[in-house]
Amino acid sequence: MDDKVTNILLSGVGGQGAILASNILAHVFVEAGYDVKKSEVHGMAQRGGDVTTHFRYGKKVYSPLIKYGEVDFLLAFELLEALRYINHCKTSARIVINDQKILPPAVNLGQATYPGDIPETFRKFFKENVYVVKGQEIALSLGNAQAANVVLVGAFSNFFPEIKDAMWVSALKDLLPKKLHELNIKAFGEGKKGL
Amino acid sequence: MKKVLQGNEAIARGAWEAGVTVAAAYPGTPSSEILQELSKYKEVITQWAPNEKVAVEVASGAAFTGARAMACMKHVGLNVASDPFMTLAYTGIKGGFVIVVADDPNVHSSQNEQDSRNWARFAKVPMLEPGDAAECKEFTKVAFDISEQFDTPVLLKGETRVSHSDSIVELEERKELKGPLGLDRKDAPKYVMVPGNVRVRRKVIEERMRNLEAYADTFSGNVMEINDPDVGVITAGAAYMYTKDVFPNYSYLKLGMVWPLPKTLIADFFKKVKKVIVVEELDPFLETEIRALGYKIFHGKDVIPNMYELSPEIVEKALSKKYRAPALRVAPEDLPKRPPNMCPGCSHRALFHSLKSLGAFVFGDIGCYTLAAAPPLQALHTCVCMGGSVGQAYGAGKALGKEGLGKICAVLGDSTFLHGGIAPVMDTVYNKGYATSIILDNRTTGMTGLQEHAGTGYTLGGEPANMVDYEKLVKALGVKRVRKVDPYNVKATMETIKEEMETDEASVIITKNGPCMLHRREKRKFRYPYYTIDTEACRGCKVCLDLGCPAISWVGLSGTTKDGKKRKGTVSINKTQCPGCGLCAQVCKFTSILPGKAGA
Repeated sequence: MDDKVTNILLSGVGGQGAILASNILAHVFVEAGYDVKKSEVHGMAQRGGDVTTHFRYGKKVYSPLIKYGEVDFLLAFELLEALRYINHCKTSARIVINDQKILPPAVNLGQATYPGDIPETFRKFFKENVYVVKGQEIALSLGNAQAANVVLVGAFSNFFPEIKDAMWVSALKDLLPKKLHELNIKAFGEGKKGL
Repeated sequence: MKKVLQGNEAIARGAWEAGVTVAAAYPGTPSSEILQELSKYKEVITQWAPNEKVAVEVASGAAFTGARAMACMKHVGLNVASDPFMTLAYTGIKGGFVIVVADDPNVHSSQNEQDSRNWARFAKVPMLEPGDAAECKEFTKVAFDISEQFDTPVLLKGETRVSHSDSIVELEERKELKGPLGLDRKDAPKYVMVPGNVRVRRKVIEERMRNLEAYADTFSGNVMEINDPDVGVITAGAAYMYTKDVFPNYSYLKLGMVWPLPKTLIADFFKKVKKVIVVEELDPFLETEIRALGYKIFHGKDVIPNMYELSPEIVEKALSKKYRAPALRVAPEDLPKRPPNMCPGCSHRALFHSLKSLGAFVFGDIGCYTLAAAPPLQALHTCVCMGGSVGQAYGAGKALGKEGLGKICAVLGDSTFLHGGIAPVMDTVYNKGYATSIILDNRTTGMTGLQEHAGTGYTLGGEPANMVDYEKLVKALGVKRVRKVDPYNVKATMETIKEEMETDEASVIITKNGPCMLHRREKRKFRYPYYTIDTEACRGCKVCLDLGCPAISWVGLSGTTKDGKKRKGTVSINKTQCPGCGLCAQVCKFTSILPGKAGA
């Protein structure tokens, strides 16, 4: 194992399940033998505010926060919340965006406009490394929009071919109540196909 | 066994492994999870206290019997608990007694940004500062040992990026305490803090601090790493993690114990490295103390910010001329912000709409309802401390006299009222004030994640318990005018509040029918499943938008209503977000907001 630490930034809106997604990552990368750290702000985020989780893995991780500009992977659960962190990404970063808009208050009030074609903005800087996933749509087709976060994790898992599907599935089983296992394992599988 | 734990979970685990039997807390970000986690271990008696002062009293009482006990709080909580805390430094303890205090640099969710290390120096007690979850567990255990070895309360410092960060922790087994528990009347001189005894204990404190200083030199959490001898960094906690990340080759003295300081170890470090830099979050605490020992510090708060939180890039930028910020791709200030908001259907929104319509000056308090200060509601005008609204409203009324009648009220939540609002209500009656205090009873401690309290009827462990009757309570305090309102009935609510604000006498209004929208036990049901816009009738007046409900949004399409009125746009209600509270339908002047049909 080399000394490189990999930086994953997860962003979204409170209630979208970004924290569960980061818990799945932690579970999987620890199983794979890495040191991990993750950091998030709780508290007021539950009330519809923006939520970010910094997730880092490597041989030895010190800082729980990713240095500005050093994000290797951006996993965004909402379009605007992807764009908010575009400056945090390395030029070589890979970007996975859930194709969902959640309007912030100023847009609801008609005082601001929701930014235009966000995936296109990303493509300008990151070219073919931008992936848009229809998380909401796929999850709904499985019968539960709430599973969109796991669809995204499934899509994201494609970047880590060394980690076998069984490890992701075992993380899902450990972190979710039994009645949600089947749905989320399906969501993971569909997400994996969706990239 | 290895497990990824959050810092707060690790503190709970450490306390359990250390054999803690009693723990008390009042929830507060970023400390709330500690007690919730600890309550899962059946060997520990855990309880939500009405406030942090009571939590410290409960835990210290348990420690006086020889049990290991813990109290947890956020930074401002220790301000509330400072009265028992400062004197417990004199009495010492018997069983290990640890106070966890979690700071919030950058004020993610607090009313101020304070550096709790100052409390350790002020009270003359030791403080440990972990930097990640593994240290959270380890230091919690050591804290109990130090507490018993030196007969002192011990502070364990959390902070957002430690308390709310996850990393790998090695789990160990619990060690039960060996000694018998009990209270001995002969210990009274140690515990009765009257002047004669205090003067005796005063000397004990000084001696204890000298012993702790010697111990600090040997404490395994104070770690020296000599790499590049040109630059040495003295640091602690999260600040170490950031600095080590960007300058892996510097030499380090990482302090796990931030008070008292290890003087021999510091002297040794200054001998081993050429230039010493101090990197610490918030106040120049270590820097001031190290300078006072006569050392020359190359860099400290001259380059490291003394406010907000640190991060790898802030540390690198401060210490390296070579740092270049990456080029901007999109200007972040151009993006619409996403501040937290009250949930769709929240009873607070309805109540604050009434207050805004009445033009009241609202003395506010700490809780979800503080969000009413933000646009578009902007219906809350102060927020200082837990329970502070009532005393302030009363004092403002005293200053303004009759001029203030009909214009002032205080608003605070049920949990906040029990925390610090009872005494000022009593004061308002006793000293003949006229403040109207509105208790927003949402049946839980909302903002910190739905914790039980003495007014919910359940304990932390979920057992049924006594439920405070707010009406009887305030009547017993002497309040004669106690009213109840259903905030979802805007007209009646406004009439009641207006009447009480205009009356020259203390009054209390309690909201009913307003459980938190996220409440699991008291599930809220409205008459209709959702509301919808009659786009033919909507004139686009935006009155409903002024409620700031996340379910209502503006659609800027100009057109004409069915009765021929021109409009610039209309609104739309998101059916999946709308719980059907009907507040928007009540404020709509054109009857364009109508109940939706189930299944439609």
